Amino acid sequence: MSVQGRDVGPVAMTCVVVDRRRYGRYWGLTLSAPEIARRAAPGQFVNVAVEAPGTLLRRPFSIAGVSLSGQVAGTLDIVLDAHGPGTGALATIAPGANLDVLGPLGKAFPMPQRRVATLLVGGGYGAAPMYYLGGRLRAAGHRVNFLIGAADTQRIIDPITPKRMANQASFTTEDGSMGHRGRVTDLLADDLASTGAEVVYACGPNAMLAAVGAICEDLNVPCQVSVEEHMACGVGVCMTCVLPLRGRNDKVANRRVCIDGPVFSSTRIAWDESRWAEPAPATVDALVDADRDAVEVEATGDGSFRSGVRTVRPQEAR
Amino acid sequence: MTATTTAGAGAASAEVDLSVDLGGGNGALVLPNPIVTASGCFASGREIDTLWDVAELGAVVAKSVTREPRQGLPTPRMAETPSGMLNAIGLQNPGVDTWVDRDVPWLASRGARIIASIAGNTVEEFREVAKRVGASRDIAAVEINLSCPNVSHRGLVFATQASTAAEVVRAVRSALPAMPLFAKLTPDVTEIAPVGRAVVEAGATGVSAINTTLGMAIDAETGRVKVANGYAGLSGPAIRPMAVRAIHQLHVELGPDVPIIGMGGVRTVPDVIELVRAGASAVAVGTATFADPFTARTLARGLGEWLSRRGFTSLAELRGQVHRWPHHP
Repeated sequence: MSVQGRDVGPVAMTCVVVDRRRYGRYWGLTLSAPEIARRAAPGQFVNVAVEAPGTLLRRPFSIAGVSLSGQVAGTLDIVLDAHGPGTGALATIAPGANLDVLGPLGKAFPMPQRRVATLLVGGGYGAAPMYYLGGRLRAAGHRVNFLIGAADTQRIIDPITPKRMANQASFTTEDGSMGHRGRVTDLLADDLASTGAEVVYACGPNAMLAAVGAICEDLNVPCQVSVEEHMACGVGVCMTCVLPLRGRNDKVANRRVCIDGPVFSSTRIAWDESRWAEPAPATVDALVDADRDAVEVEATGDGSFRSGVRTVRPQEAR
Repeated sequence: MTATTTAGAGAASAEVDLSVDLGGGNGALVLPNPIVTASGCFASGREIDTLWDVAELGAVVAKSVTREPRQGLPTPRMAETPSGMLNAIGLQNPGVDTWVDRDVPWLASRGARIIASIAGNTVEEFREVAKRVGASRDIAAVEINLSCPNVSHRGLVFATQASTAAEVVRAVRSALPAMPLFAKLTPDVTEIAPVGRAVVEAGATGVSAINTTLGMAIDAETGRVKVANGYAGLSGPAIRPMAVRAIHQLHVELGPDVPIIGMGGVRTVPDVIELVRAGASAVAVGTATFADPFTARTLARGLGEWLSRRGFTSLAELRGQVHRWPHHP
């Protein structure tokens, strides 16, 4: 498919894992995927086939960044939390291995029509697509500010990147191990005031997105969110990943996150009609974990951020 | 694979006849190949058509439509289980009228053969939906979904009893006197063959088997069910042996003149052959599409080569071909 001379829509590719690195509790993979990288835009995701006993379905990941130059013709980055057999297998995959990847899938974040200051809010591994978006916004001449939150330092992806990119970068952790002790919603109104941001982009657990959206609505700031929902196919055929959305006349209908989203204007989402209206567990990360068929994989403790990220390369890699 | 064998197989596969007759022998419905979509696993067809040409399929079996639009069940609607998945979508669909007005003409314009799937809460609703589907000239056949497991109570799974299944089929047959009709059956019965016999006697051209089987998954830590509906339909390779067994029982009961659309956990060409040997005329691909959206096309393209390499000249000659075993029914 081609729109205004640019190829869009997904392609299926066998990608080589170029690099694997640790981001605290999470893992970052860089995949050689020139065609997907060329078509991608921030907010879109890829569906990755995994080889693990008993698994069947692909795993969806937000695109955390692309590079069109460098040693490999085109690469894309994903960030994952090893919380089940599928993501566990991906977390231990060796550079040089092949992965079957389908993408880019879903709708991207809309870019501002005029030059503005923006605030990018990320929760846990939901910060991943925010870094990609931040790079694109900056390249387009917009002011970029970050507000990144997680349960603890182990769950803040590579804090150097937002610091380097942003006019202002704030961090929150629920245990106080980094930045403000608390949640992103504690700082959101203040950060909007101090940065003069006229638009908010957010990705993270749905409970966080609902809260961020509510604050933005009160302050009359448009807010685009990228939501997370259980997904079987990623291409719109299984009807699994639906979210109640308000359409015209305030009529609520279930929409597919994979092809109608995952990016939506926050005011369109009828959170109160979704399961996210249930009382939230104690912490943001508890919610992330309950959201998955979670098998807790504890970080082994060698992923601190004193020197940014640690890259893991096997001996046989060049 | 060497270039020589590829070329040889390619030349030979042109001679393999993959066509299947789903019309019950009168030629009313002949598909160019046996690979179809399983209902509810292909949405409107547009989604997959962005990746490959849906006219390559033997037919598109559409998602079940009901009289009124339905929003379906709350999320989570899906949980992956060992070699399978549970789903409880709750028949989310735009309603029969929207489907007939919007999706059917599009599928027809793409050159796809269309098999409708209809569902309802009452016999009367089935009859009404059948009538509205019958108003379109582009529908080649109708599958009667007697077995969606995700309904408010088990009494609504018409295919759990031969008598209620037959009642629905009679109503649909009265609304669509000349249409090839397939009754989609549930494996959640003690004996599936009598249900198959009853729907054929009530006017079904053939049967589709199997729908998902009812399952459940509970999070050991939290005690919460993994699918919001609690009970959900299990599909995928985990249920393929159940499908093979059910198809075999139905084929033995109904004989070679009654076409069977077989489905349940099919992912590879040998899986297709297994279902055909059990007695399937056509084979539907469901959950495998979620893991790899190209699956159905891969199977439609690969089947001829598999057969020609083994010296077969048609798929039909393999139907029901399973060696007798000591206690063969």
